[in-house]
Amino acid sequence: MTDSPQAAVAGRTAPIRVVLAKLGLDGHDRGLKVVARMLRDAGMEVIYLGLRQTTDTVIAAVEQEDADVIGLSMHNAGHLALAPRIVQAVSDAGLDVPVVIGGIVPEADVSALKEMGISAVLHPGASAVAVGEAVREAVRGSLGDQPVHD
Amino acid sequence: MSGVPVDPVYGDGPLPGEFPYTRGIYPEMYRSRLWTMRMFAGFGTAVDTNGRFKEILRHGGTGLSTAFDMPTLMGRDSDDEVWSAGEVGRAGVAIDTLADMEDLFADIDLGSVSTSMTINGPAIVALAQYIAVADKTGVDRAALSGTIQNDILKEYQAQKEYIFPPRPSMRIVTDMMRFTTAEMPRWHPVSISGYHIREAGSTAAQELGFTLANGFAYVEAAQAAGLDVDDFAARLSFFFNSHSDFFEEIGKYRAARRIWATWMRQRYGAASERSLMCRFHTQTAGVSLTAQQPEINIARVALQALAGALGGTQSLHTDAYDEALALPTEKAARIALRTQQIVAHETGVANVADPLGGSAYVEWMTDEMERRATEIFDHLLDLGGGSILEGVYEGIDNGYFVGQIADSAYRFEREVNDGTRIIVGVNAFTEGEDGDQDGANLLRIEQDTEDFQLKRLAAVKQGRDDEAVNRSLEAVRHAAEDPGANLMPPIIEAVSGYATEGEICDALASVFGRYVEQAIV
Amino acid sequence: MTEPGDLLERAIAGERRALGRLLSLVEQGGEAADEVAEMVHDRTPGEAPVIGVTGAPGTGKSTLVGHLVKEMAGTGGQPAVLAVDPSSPLTGGAILGDRIRMDGVAGGRAFIRSMATRGHAGGLALAVPAALRLFEACGFGPLVVETVGVGQVEVDVTRTADTTVVLVAPGMGDAVQANKAGLLEVADVLVVNKADRPGADDTRRDLEHMLDLGRITGLAQDWRPNIIMTTATTGTGADQVQNAIQAHREHLTETGQLEARRRSRIHQEVLDRVTQELDAAASQYLSTQPAVLTEALAGRSTPAATAAKISKRLLSNQPPS
Ligand SMILES: Nc1nc2c(ncn2[C@@H]2O[C@H](COP(=O)(O)OP(=O)(O)O)[C@@H](O)[C@H]2O)c(=O)[nH]1
Ligand SMILES: [Mg+2]
Repeated sequence: MTDSPQAAVAGRTAPIRVVLAKLGLDGHDRGLKVVARMLRDAGMEVIYLGLRQTTDTVIAAVEQEDADVIGLSMHNAGHLALAPRIVQAVSDAGLDVPVVIGGIVPEADVSALKEMGISAVLHPGASAVAVGEAVREAVRGSLGDQPVHD
Repeated sequence: MSGVPVDPVYGDGPLPGEFPYTRGIYPEMYRSRLWTMRMFAGFGTAVDTNGRFKEILRHGGTGLSTAFDMPTLMGRDSDDEVWSAGEVGRAGVAIDTLADMEDLFADIDLGSVSTSMTINGPAIVALAQYIAVADKTGVDRAALSGTIQNDILKEYQAQKEYIFPPRPSMRIVTDMMRFTTAEMPRWHPVSISGYHIREAGSTAAQELGFTLANGFAYVEAAQAAGLDVDDFAARLSFFFNSHSDFFEEIGKYRAARRIWATWMRQRYGAASERSLMCRFHTQTAGVSLTAQQPEINIARVALQALAGALGGTQSLHTDAYDEALALPTEKAARIALRTQQIVAHETGVANVADPLGGSAYVEWMTDEMERRATEIFDHLLDLGGGSILEGVYEGIDNGYFVGQIADSAYRFEREVNDGTRIIVGVNAFTEGEDGDQDGANLLRIEQDTEDFQLKRLAAVKQGRDDEAVNRSLEAVRHAAEDPGANLMPPIIEAVSGYATEGEICDALASVFGRYVEQAIV
Repeated sequence: MTEPGDLLERAIAGERRALGRLLSLVEQGGEAADEVAEMVHDRTPGEAPVIGVTGAPGTGKSTLVGHLVKEMAGTGGQPAVLAVDPSSPLTGGAILGDRIRMDGVAGGRAFIRSMATRGHAGGLALAVPAALRLFEACGFGPLVVETVGVGQVEVDVTRTADTTVVLVAPGMGDAVQANKAGLLEVADVLVVNKADRPGADDTRRDLEHMLDLGRITGLAQDWRPNIIMTTATTGTGADQVQNAIQAHREHLTETGQLEARRRSRIHQEVLDRVTQELDAAASQYLSTQPAVLTEALAGRSTPAATAAKISKRLLSNQPPS
């Protein structure tokens, strides 16, 4: 058991749990599916909510599933409207769960998103390693300096 | 250009215009008639779009293409607080009630234009609204000409704009086919679309195999509903993607024509020549556009457009170079149109039908595409116990389509990641990125449209006879419960009394249920 | 870090996040899980009905469970679901996708928790009953456990249920397949889902036939599993499934089998736990005292003889307290 990806390292013994979803009506889920696989292959447990979720269903899933991080896919320039909504919903629910966004986001918007409280923004074409690391980094950030398994 | 005279076609064997139409459906192809340059845009209110339609007509155009906003495409009214807020009029026009459809076509003679409507899940409502406008303005239903996409099968496989589960949805499609066959002989009730399958990540061969299989499924469903194949097959059309692997794309189009003709004749007993011809629209691959160095997308689009022309498409839409980032700006849309005009008028590809026919490589690629598509058909026949229709249902249910597409998308992504596949500007030749994506040049839609539409809808609801609306919705539910009934007449009745699209879809969903995807990744 | 006691108080007060956390502790096992088990003990009379739902992948379990919990919520219940899916044996990761289908139907009316098998059968066998008790302690019931009916592990897990619903979908030999997988033996209620598809009646007939031949015995005595036709995509037949579950439960109560099942469950859980601890102790022993293997490795003693010696030593070193 010691060398499997979910093996224990101080501070955490369980795999990272990620809620993956897409808010709104848009049906482009190619990127979401690719990321789901990347995270599973990085040893994480992906609670796949898929398309047509609302901030309510995402928050409910995070609470019930005890997720460590939220991953949202954005498309069609919806990020500036949707990102503040989810950040607000997370804080309204009294959660300290980081949010990572993936999708086509103009470089100029990235810093605005981070200021809103988004932990990381992943662009199309991000490698599996980069995606896994961004999620792990986001979780690490929310846990303070506790080490996270690799 | 230098004046060398050329024949309309070269080579021997089955020529263009001859069964199995591998080389094209017409003997002289673009020499007798150039492909249609179809560019559709559309957002804002119905009134705005009506203005644009009239402009197209003034400039001699006769084809009107309608793109709807997301709430309309998903069967949600503009005042649906959970789903529509922020989406109204964004990516297309918002149509809630007949009043909006009346605005959209105000002062336009529906008997003399051809209209294309890109809508699937609630297509039956949109078509009913269009018919109701014709009825109200005294245009004969038989005079209506146009296409509605209405390809529900690929929604479960790729585009995900479904409302009801597959079987009841197919019943809706066959009701529409029966209705248009009887009353609207110039209407194309389904445009079988591989475009979205490809955008979702499939390979060229999967796009070909899945799309044609869907086409066969519609044929089988219509035959099961009692229609004669030659009464409707000529009004089925296709919509393919043109991606970056040039010869693969060309082989794909040629194989599509050959397979369709062969299957229609041999398996489905079509006798009329027009039933055998695979007519298709092509659009360049939106998914191939990069956000990095967006201007280089112009070159990609040009090559993809060329592939479409060499593949014998009947119409072509070229993407704007900035579409990866947002809705296209006017300038980008114009460059896109100019791009295909260059292909049509400067390159000379239109002078000869199927100029690549006989190339050892292109012929091999055509055969290879056909072989791979046939493997897919065999698998579906196996799943469906000899029926493609049942095989497609089963493939949707057991995640075959979605899983295959996800596999291909993942493979592609990995190849880009590890550099075995080069995407210029993304994983190679990245220098020169000027970082000018500050959003200043990107088109963003204003909130005004949404406010306007909400007021419009409220006023329509205010002014209608609610009791009559409820009765008509009850009639829709009744028809839905009766598999022998046709849903078209009660839905035309309901829209005519200004029932909203959302109300009608809710009524149908109360009988049919709503489809929820599976987590197949 | 929040203490389990504090979390439990909040969870009982209805805070879903706190219950979510506790479920993670329970799932991980170890001391924290034991602590939680100790705390909830008084609050778990074991009265909340436990319904197992199993069947081959894609038969429509999650969709049907969505309708079942919707009905349960509609009749005053506070349903909770445990949806178990396999972890990837290669990477340990998992994609847990039952929730979208259930919640797509039930629309937030149930507490749904997805659980990955995490590669160790023993852990799952302990985590499932512990999680169910936690649900009960927090006022939830009925409790539904969905498992993919492919492996023995999942079949074992459904044995922890009062009533087990087995789904079969029409198609080539599905009923026969299910029978082979040992699924039909554990069925108290048989559901032919996807009744909207051709062949559903044939599947029903196959099942009737197997019942007549006594192939499907069920776990309960004097109980012939009902066969119910459903179309989960529309919810048609879900109410009948609900009624059958009810009827089965009444039968168990009247015949005293409910109590018997509860006792056998406790028996099984204790056994599972003992097995797990002995297993851990043995592994620990072998890795800290590699010398005990010397004889066997050199071929001077058989593995069996070596094992017997070690077992004896182990068991006598840890006498029951
Ligand atoms: N035709 C039909 N399809 C169904 C029915 N119930 C479920 N499905 C489909 O079967 C697939 C698997 O359903 P799901 O509930 O995830 O099955 P599970 O893997 O057993 O949990 C989905 O595509 C459902 O839409 C039904 O009654 N009829
Ligand atoms: Mg399931």
